[in-house]
This record gives sequence, C-alpha cells and structure tokens, in this order.
Amino acid sequence: MATTTPTRGAYSPPPGGSGAASNGSDRRSWRSRLWRFDDLASPYAYIAPFFLIFGAFGLYPLLYTGWIALHRVEMTSLSQSEWVGWDNFAKILQDSEFWTAVANTFVIGVISTVPQLLVALGLAHLLNYKLRASTFWRTVILTPYATSVATAALVFALVFRADGGLLNWALHFVGFSNIDWGNGEWTSKIAISVIVIWRWTGYNALIYLAAMQAVPTDLYEAASIDGATRWQQFRKVTIPSLRPTILFTIVISTIGSMQLFGEPLLLQGGTLGSIGGNEHQYETLSIYLFNYGWKLGHLGPAAAVAWAMLVLLLLIALINWIVSRFVRKSAA
Amino acid sequence: MTTTSPTKTAPTLLPAGQPRTEGTGRSRFKLGAGQQLKGGPLTYAALVIVGLGSLFPLYWTLVAASHDQQRVLDTPPPLVPGGRLWSNLQSAWEQAHLGKAIVNSIIVSGCITAATLFFCTLAGYAFAKMRFRGRGALMTAVIATLTIPPQLSVVPLFMMMSDIGWGGKLESVIFPTLVGAFGVFFMRQYLLEALPYELIEAAKVDGASNIRIVWNVVLPVARPAMMVLGMLTFVQAWNDFFWPFLALNQENPTIQVALGQLSASYTPDQSIVMAGALISTLPLLLVFVIFGKQIVGGIMAGAVKG
Repeated sequence: MATTTPTRGAYSPPPGGSGAASNGSDRRSWRSRLWRFDDLASPYAYIAPFFLIFGAFGLYPLLYTGWIALHRVEMTSLSQSEWVGWDNFAKILQDSEFWTAVANTFVIGVISTVPQLLVALGLAHLLNYKLRASTFWRTVILTPYATSVATAALVFALVFRADGGLLNWALHFVGFSNIDWGNGEWTSKIAISVIVIWRWTGYNALIYLAAMQAVPTDLYEAASIDGATRWQQFRKVTIPSLRPTILFTIVISTIGSMQLFGEPLLLQGGTLGSIGGNEHQYETLSIYLFNYGWKLGHLGPAAAVAWAMLVLLLLIALINWIVSRFVRKSAA
Repeated sequence: MTTTSPTKTAPTLLPAGQPRTEGTGRSRFKLGAGQQLKGGPLTYAALVIVGLGSLFPLYWTLVAASHDQQRVLDTPPPLVPGGRLWSNLQSAWEQAHLGKAIVNSIIVSGCITAATLFFCTLAGYAFAKMRFRGRGALMTAVIATLTIPPQLSVVPLFMMMSDIGWGGKLESVIFPTLVGAFGVFFMRQYLLEALPYELIEAAKVDGASNIRIVWNVVLPVARPAMMVLGMLTFVQAWNDFFWPFLALNQENPTIQVALGQLSASYTPDQSIVMAGALISTLPLLLVFVIFGKQIVGGIMAGAVKG
C-alpha cells in the first residue's frame, strides 16, 4: 500500500522565495538563497547519519572482509597481514567441517522455518477471530520475543538435558526412554529448532495478523456470495492476499537462520558449544566462523567463511526469486 | 499513548479484535465474510495451549532459579518455585559481575535507543515528506541493508575496533547499531500517513526553517511512533548477542555476554545460571507487561508494508 508517496500538493516556495529575490534588496536575496539552501540540503543532512554509520560499520567492513579473506591475519597480531591469495578459501572449502556446517545451517533453517511459519499462519487466523481480551493473547504469544537468545538457549538446555531433563521426564510417561538430545545427529538439530520456533512464532503470527486485517472485506463478501466455504475463503482469498507478506517472512527467517549462533553455542555450553557438538552435529556457519576466528585465532579463514555466507545468501535469494516467480505464474 | 492516526498502519488502535469493516453496517448481515465470526471454545482452547507454551519456559526459569542445583537436576524436576531464589540471585550477582553487566546493558541499550530515535525520526521524515533527488533509490538502499547479516562484517569490525582503541569497550557495540534501517523505514511509514502536508506548509508560510519544522511540527506528531520504536529498539539492543559476545570480554560484558560466559565456564551451577537468566529477562518482561499493547501494535504497524 503505502510504498508510493502521495501526490504532493502545490509546493509553495518558502517565504521570500525565488520570485521576490529578483527585485529585492541584497539582504532579501541573501535570505532567499539561505532558504533555498536549507530546503536543498536539509533532507540530505537528515538521512546522512544513517548512511555514515552504515558506511563506516557496515559497507566498509563488508568490503574489508574480502581483503582479509585473501590475507593471513592472526588474532594474536592484528596489525600484521600477509598476502596468501586464495589459500584461505581453499582451506575452508577442503575442510569437511565447513560442509557439515553448511548442511547443518540449511537443515536447521528448514526444520525451524517451515513449522514456525505454518504455525504462525494458523495462529494469526485464530487471532483474527473476534476474541475476548485479544490484546492479552497477542501480548502473551509475543513474550518469547522479549526473551534473549541467551536466556532462551539456557532454559531449553536444561529442558533438553539427557538424563532426567524436564522433557525426557515428561516423555517417559508416554513410553519414550531417555533421549540424548544434545549428542544426537537429528535430536540436537530438533532441539535448536525448537528454541528458534519458540522465540519467533508469535512475532511472525502478528505480522500475518496485520496483513490479514488489511485484506479488503469485499473479497470475502464476493467469495461468500459465490458460495465459498470458510476453508475455501482461507485458501483462495486469505493466502493469496498474504503472499507478499509470506514471502517477506520467508526471506527474513532465512536470513535469520543463516545467523544462528547463540542457540547452538549454549545448547550444551562450554567447549562443546564452540565446535557445535562433539561431532559437529549442530555446528552452524556462524559457530564455524566464530571457532575459526575467535577460538583458533585465524581471522583470514574466518573472513573467507563470511564471504561464503554471502554467496549462500545470494544463492538463496536467487532461488527465492525463481520460486516466487514460478508461484506467481502458476497462480495466474 | 493518546492518539495515533487511525489508519491502516495502526490496526491495533481499533477496539480490540474488531474487524475494520465493523460499523459500515453493510457487512453485518453478510456473516459469510468470515472475519466477523467470534472465536469458539476450540479457538480459545488452542490459544490457551499456545499461550502456555509461550510462557512455560519463562515460568520454569523462575522455578529453576529458586532451587539449588541438586534439586534442579533431580528427577522428577521441580515444577513449583522453591525457597532459594534470593540467595541464588545474590550468588549470580556476585559471581558473574552481573551488577556491572546490568549497568553496561543499560548504558548500551540507552545510547542506542536515544540515537536511533533521533536519527531515524529525522531520516524517516526526510524520506516521507521531503522532496530531494535520489529519494527512491536511497530508500531502496536503506531497505536493502536489512538483508545483510552482521556475520559478514564482524572480522574487520573487530580489527577496526581494536585499531581505534575501542577493543573490549562499550563503544564498540554502541556505534555500529546507532541507526537501524528498520527504524528509518518504520518512522517513514508512520509519518507518511500521520503527518499532513498542510502542517508543514503552514509552518513554512510562517517562515520556519526546516530544523524548526522538525522540532515543532514533526516531533510532536511522531511521538507515539517514537515511543513504540524506542521500546522495540531497546528490546533488541538489550538482547543482542552475537557481536557483543565477540567484541566484549569477561571484565566488561553486557548482561547477555555475561550470561553466555557464565554458562561457558566449567561445570556451571545451573540454578545460578538460571538466576542470571532471570535477572537479564525481568526488566524486559516488566516493559512488556506495561507496554505490551503498544509493542504489539508497533510490530503489526511495521509489518503492513505492502
């Protein structure tokens, strides 16, 4: 809706503007020039802080990362660097741990994003009913969002504890024997996904809810006149109207899952956390980067990992774009 | 919070749960419009389950923080709070420099929030209501920066910070997040609809300079949105983990970093870790209890971007 600017009304020049300047005194023309400069420069001055900060702490480091990736830089002597060409990239690309991290990031990303967004969609649908205390429900489902990664990961670490943890204790009532969540290939990934899902489902549900409320009611009326059932209305009216929002949340969640760090770091804690489990079973790319750069102290390969992440992100964006084009075409 | 413009961008400002079309009269007899239906018992049952799921981990943090470690690791695990909450809080406070960490977190989140509010309102206003060359392209650039994860720049950022003498200092986590793209976008969306051009024109006719217009016209109109943005920013800054964990050290941590390090130590006492977690979460939960409605509204307003 509001991405385009409304048509501007007649733009009245500032008082003492150009018309008065031609025949006015020096003083007035000086004033008018000042006004004009004010109008010309102010917008740039107002947006400058954002671009200055982003340039200094976002864009510049991003490019600098590329430079470091081609050098040998050690944590112990930050000011010294030595050209090594593509060695760092070769090093990580030949490291099986790197590919494990890529796969883990991907797998955890999928098993945390898909259920999360589906549940959020259903939840938004429920919240869109006329409810008593609707604000209360909305606030409650948003509370996990107020909880930090660190707190969430630490609590769930206890819940997922292998012997006698809360979850295993609850599961033994339904016949499961102790599950070693943290050390299992799949169970550890599921545990991490649960933390992610817990923290973000409510947030996404509210985003969907906002989009649902913006769907014009005429569409539903037309559908009901045509005899569409409620489920058909949900599928044929709500979902298509929400498509841009769904795409947006998929993009955001994908970027988010590329960044998973606190959850795997703290699931088992200690040294296990910084290598993503004893067999790297839940090591994500961020953990791999952290381990290479901060634990082992080799910043060159760490920077190369960052660039690999950028390439992966672009790849995902490309896939996203193709899929959304395909979906749009097949819907039309 | 008194007024916000009753536009689509602020859906929660409508009476609770009321669909937007209610009151046009026309839609009332067309119940097929779906959105009008009341939630049945099943709806509430589902919400109660989800709500319990949302709150239980937090409740259990409190439970675990109020027993000694022995009891926390026992089977069956405790389900109701015990009596050691105060002593656990005290040990957490002393063992992990949590006092200093809390102060640091307040400084960091406070600075980031204040700067974000100021700069994002300025930029949001410029993008919403001022005419200048390259506006569209620059706005696109702002939104594009949202897609860049911090992971891509932490290595050089760490080197830069130690280079300019900010290594391990709070400045190193404050400055990179002073102005966020989300804030700029959020304020722009709000001002686009809430600030009428007539107000700006009138001020110009009165001979006000641009900065005066910002001060006397834009800021009063923007205040409700600034409040929401302020809370969202504070929550985010308070909970930020990745970069602070890399940039700060044990002697001078934020609360999240201190928590992370507490659990990374050898055989941490779990009940004390939970007490630390509780300390780090309580301030935000308090904010949520008081301003939940505004925060929910803010997230939903930021979401309707079309």
